[in-house]
Amino acid sequence: MNTITVNGNTVEWNEGMTVRDVLTVMNYTFRMLVIKVNGSIVKKENWETFNVPEGADVSVIHLMSGG
Amino acid sequence: MSVKELKEKHKLLKEMSYEPKELYRGYSDRVLYINLDDNTVKEKTVSEEVKKKFIGGKGYGLKLLWDATKPETKWNDNENEIIICPGPIAGITQYAGAGKSLVVSISPMTDIVIDSNVGGYFGPFLKFSGFDALEIQGKAKNDVVIVIDGINNKISIEEAPAEAIDSHILAEQLTEMYAESSDPRDMKNVSVVSAGHAAENTMIGMLNFSWYDIKRKLCRLKQAGRGGIGTILRDKKIKAIVAKVAGITQDPNHVADMEPIRERGARFAKEMKELDASQCRMKQEGTAHLVDIMNDYNLLPTHNFKYGSHKDADNIHSRVWNSKFTQGMNDGCWIGCTMNCCKGVDNFELKTGPYKGQKVTVDGPEYETAAGVGSNMGIFDPDAIIELNFYCDTYGIDTISYGTMMAFAMECYENGLITKEHTGGIDLKFGNIDAAFELIHQMARGEGFGKIVGLGVRGMKKYFAENYGADMNFMNDIGMENKGLEYSQYVSKESLAQQGGYAMTNKGPQHDEAWLIFMDMVNNQIPSFEDKAEALHYFPMFRTWFGLNGLCKLPWNDVEPEGNAETDEPAKVPEHLDNYVTIFNAVTGSNIDKHELIRQSERVYNFQKTFNIRRGYGLREHDAQPYRAAGPVTAEEYKSMEDFYDKKMKEDIGVDPAGKSVEEKIAITRKYREDRYEQLLDTVYHRRGWTKNGVPKIEYMKEIGMDLPEVIEVLSKHQ
Repeated sequence: MNTITVNGNTVEWNEGMTVRDVLTVMNYTFRMLVIKVNGSIVKKENWETFNVPEGADVSVIHLMSGG
Repeated sequence: MSVKELKEKHKLLKEMSYEPKELYRGYSDRVLYINLDDNTVKEKTVSEEVKKKFIGGKGYGLKLLWDATKPETKWNDNENEIIICPGPIAGITQYAGAGKSLVVSISPMTDIVIDSNVGGYFGPFLKFSGFDALEIQGKAKNDVVIVIDGINNKISIEEAPAEAIDSHILAEQLTEMYAESSDPRDMKNVSVVSAGHAAENTMIGMLNFSWYDIKRKLCRLKQAGRGGIGTILRDKKIKAIVAKVAGITQDPNHVADMEPIRERGARFAKEMKELDASQCRMKQEGTAHLVDIMNDYNLLPTHNFKYGSHKDADNIHSRVWNSKFTQGMNDGCWIGCTMNCCKGVDNFELKTGPYKGQKVTVDGPEYETAAGVGSNMGIFDPDAIIELNFYCDTYGIDTISYGTMMAFAMECYENGLITKEHTGGIDLKFGNIDAAFELIHQMARGEGFGKIVGLGVRGMKKYFAENYGADMNFMNDIGMENKGLEYSQYVSKESLAQQGGYAMTNKGPQHDEAWLIFMDMVNNQIPSFEDKAEALHYFPMFRTWFGLNGLCKLPWNDVEPEGNAETDEPAKVPEHLDNYVTIFNAVTGSNIDKHELIRQSERVYNFQKTFNIRRGYGLREHDAQPYRAAGPVTAEEYKSMEDFYDKKMKEDIGVDPAGKSVEEKIAITRKYREDRYEQLLDTVYHRRGWTKNGVPKIEYMKEIGMDLPEVIEVLSKHQ
């Protein structure tokens, strides 16, 4: 199976998978996120179009809020 | 009875004039001391040494309380105090969230020090009247109102027999009574501190701090919710405390340098204007924006923290609150707050209780309330949540404790530990809205099973075991309290760091010390014990600092600057951290940096820790958590996420779950998680400069400059 790593979790990868697709798969609905793919930040305006490569290490950093 | 008639019934017990004193760089260096035993009213001077070590806010409260009480003082002893202290930055109007007060006392729930932060106008008005803190000791014989008249520079204690007790009426009566005129611009210059009927009859009384909403033309209420301070207020027979001022000027604090404050305030206001709608939507939804997010991440407590999500959670989704809240209003609980997050529901018609049929404005619900009196009790009806919110507020009880207590009682009922025979016929199942209302009204009347629930989770456990033969071990596992205080509303099972963030707190499990669930459980940013310990050092210290200075924490990280993602430490929001350093220096004329900011907090945090130790608490045993906070207690909990827990068992523990019963798997998981928690305590204590028993080391107290003789005397017995 082709995979990527998201916050340390192994996740199935599909051809053409975007950052937005990763968020959907993970059910990451929080809005204040910093996203890095293989260590590089992907800006919010590119989440819909940026293709995540197979085997990528994706960090979806949820910033704190609330409380 | 008209307000004029109410006032005519007042009997003046004491009046004292005082010399006006302008604030200088955020301080007056005076404390207003009142003793209700003999109606003493006097000023105390704050020394430079105290100012340097304790800063203000909670720091001053702890120092005054330490000096005024003995290690064995109980919450309802005359010598226990209620101390209200805003802090040096409080009262500026050029930066968001600068109107907070900290209230400090010995808690009826925990028997240790409680500190509770609150908005509203009272704290700034106390400062503008010429005092850094208000310290109240003793008990009145009959109900009194204390009036701090910052216009005529007079303090009075007045017997006040006829006003209402419940806050939504009392705040209006006293605002009208003490305002210079009925012009809203004068009404705005009065703030009232009060509790309510249920504060008299439960251990979870809270304080409402009012502010007059000019646009709505009514009093709004903000709450010092945690730890039962409203119960103490009513035990002292204080009906209310009133502060009034002539008005709010541009620079009442007489800060050292206004320009940097203005500049940072304008920068923050721009962030709110441009970014809030795409980030937390605080202006539209307040903290209630978190409800659906917590549900999505399995963190929303449902059915007494058994589960982290629910199929009906959509009914209390943030878009529902968005539609219920009146939009486009001034919703800042202090002037100049551009975050504007204390939302309100207007023209809400009450369906139950003594005010049934009345249309009221309800402040909130905030996230904690929506989860506490909602999902955690299995209630997903937004109107029921709004009404429970209203009655908690006006009756003067804490929505967080009420929700967690009720959820505990419901689980006890569903498990047969208590029956209808004990509840007075109430069918106390999860989701029973009628039961929730019946019990809250019983709390206000001091009657029936409501009075027993009002003891709190720890009190109920003892009562149920002694009187109904309930299983104490099971209740200890599911009773979501630590140190006697009820948990606030996040499921911590899958975040070890948050388990520490809750149960290692000084006052009990309230998330205002540390909220690490995303960093730990979702981001996997702090995987090692050392990483978690570093976070459990930095964030509690940083958050403590807000409470020293009269600041709200929400503007720190509920909107984040555009470039925050590219910074080295986005979780700390470096630009906002720099704002706070800059503002502290600009107000006080100091020259601290971000490291000294943490050190200021370390001094006060460890003083509070020492205070607890002085009272016979504050040790490792007191940081124990109920197992429900760490993992699945019951088979139904385990089975609800069986695949997840089985996978964890295999990968994390190294045990194959195949062929094992659910009970065996629960026991294996439990042993592993309890061991991990003990390892966490060891690592965090080491990072914080404490012994393995959770006691600050004397060498560390010397290092941070908090080796006061009275502190060393306490700690030296435990090294």
